[in-house]
Amino acid sequence: MSDVTIPGPRREEVNRAGRFLFGAGIALLVLWVLVPIWFLFVNALSAPSEVTGFPKRFWPSFDLASVRFFWNFQGVTNALWNSIKVAVLTMILSIGMGAPAGYALSRFDFPGKEFFRVLVIMTRAFPLPLLALPLAVMFIRTGLDDTVLGLALVHAMLALPFAVLITFSLFSGIPVELEEAAWTLGCTRLQAFVKVVLPLALPGIAASAVFAFVISWNEVFAAAVLTIENRTLTAFLLQSLNVSPLPLKFAGGAALVLPALIFIFAVRKYLFAMWGIANR
Amino acid sequence: MNRALPYLLLLPASLFLLVFFFYPFGLVVVESLTRGGEWTTENFTRMTGHWKFSTAFWNTIWLTAIVVPVQLIMALAMASVVQKLKTGRAGLLYIFAIPLGISDLAAGLVWLAIFEQSGFLNSILHAFGVIDRPQLYLGYQSLWVIFLAVCLAEIWRATAIMMVIIVAGMGLIPKEYNEAAEVFGASAWQRFTRVTLPLLRPSLQTALILRILMAFEVFAVVMALGGTTLPVLMGETFQWQFQLQDRGVAAAYAMVILGLSVAFSLVVLRLLHVPKGARI
Repeated sequence: MSDVTIPGPRREEVNRAGRFLFGAGIALLVLWVLVPIWFLFVNALSAPSEVTGFPKRFWPSFDLASVRFFWNFQGVTNALWNSIKVAVLTMILSIGMGAPAGYALSRFDFPGKEFFRVLVIMTRAFPLPLLALPLAVMFIRTGLDDTVLGLALVHAMLALPFAVLITFSLFSGIPVELEEAAWTLGCTRLQAFVKVVLPLALPGIAASAVFAFVISWNEVFAAAVLTIENRTLTAFLLQSLNVSPLPLKFAGGAALVLPALIFIFAVRKYLFAMWGIANR
Repeated sequence: MNRALPYLLLLPASLFLLVFFFYPFGLVVVESLTRGGEWTTENFTRMTGHWKFSTAFWNTIWLTAIVVPVQLIMALAMASVVQKLKTGRAGLLYIFAIPLGISDLAAGLVWLAIFEQSGFLNSILHAFGVIDRPQLYLGYQSLWVIFLAVCLAEIWRATAIMMVIIVAGMGLIPKEYNEAAEVFGASAWQRFTRVTLPLLRPSLQTALILRILMAFEVFAVVMALGGTTLPVLMGETFQWQFQLQDRGVAAAYAMVILGLSVAFSLVVLRLLHVPKGARI
């Protein structure tokens, strides 16, 4: 239309300018995401005196004094260990309960199916970390307060809706015919599941397990409310924000970010498939 | 056996939801409405009577009102850019998705590295000769800077989740629709507003609901950047539960966050309603 009136060479110029703008836009967005992380790691990998000094250099001196200071700080290794324990438990609990539910939703038609699905989706309209408040009382009564298991149960509640919806979509993506073929060849329902469906679904299940791990690893509010002695890394960092020196904060922040970077990289193939269906 | 199987598979997840979702939320409601074992609204009058309540309330609302629209536009831009790309798509998507794995506390620390007095913002300004001595940004004298820093950190951290949902949603739109529009002479912008956006409504719904809820739960970012200088609802909940040891008022705060979340979820569902027959 209006393009037609533009003579040849000018149109090419417009195109080139457009491409340049497009590239510049992408570069800007990439920098916007990466530069702040770079700054955090520059701080974490510089000596404490450089972290508090001014003006700052924009590349790290690879002095590990900050990291050592963080590692040797009272309670840090304990908190790290607790974070890992809680996250692994969360992973096991949420997948252990979520995967069977996801399988049931994908393979069976039964009364109450839609009700359960809506229920799971509905939980997302609630601010789940707030569950920590009433559960704190409940846990004191049952002796679960300030334990790794207690916190893992709350984190599992955060991760369960995702686990159900993600495994639901995973199993739905595996043709029923494969299973039926196994049955006609003499497999029981369980055998068919273990030998045919599970190998196909396993990478996806592993990805959702990693996702559950990240949810727990990153959670701050419930962890800070429910733990006192057995703090996770996030709870530890939050509680010591007022008193801890800057190098400790930044090394701690980097310790939180690093595993997340690796995990997101590990599940990058599944990220979009997971969220695409977590949708409807 | 076969008829009972789906219910057996759903049983663990259902029981878990009952014990760790419905029961505790019931407890919060009861706790917010009782004091010393008697039914009363005193928790709410105490909450609203405290000078920090309306500040915390409006800070949270304003934060959401500023951050979410900016993120929606950025996420749509990122998703469209990725859609157009022919090479390097996977790499770019991974970079855009990185903040998805970063906890709100870590995001707060990342931006603290930029905004603190000996931080990178001051260093950059110094390098360009704008200032000759470091400025204090995150003090109580300049609340709006803390607010701005929190906004930036939130935009930086949580745009990824909207982007991922939108990219997944765009993948579900059949290419023919856009091609047909192009044949009839629609410009790229017209195709985006008349074809892509309307078809994207289900994904926009999910993205907005998830994101708005997260915005109401903003907590660790604020704690990392401003401590309690900039009160927000979740931070006040934490203060009442922990520092002031008043669970009743904490529960009342929880009810406010819960009410906002449910109300806004319903608003989004209503605004972006997709009639049953119009789904892809």
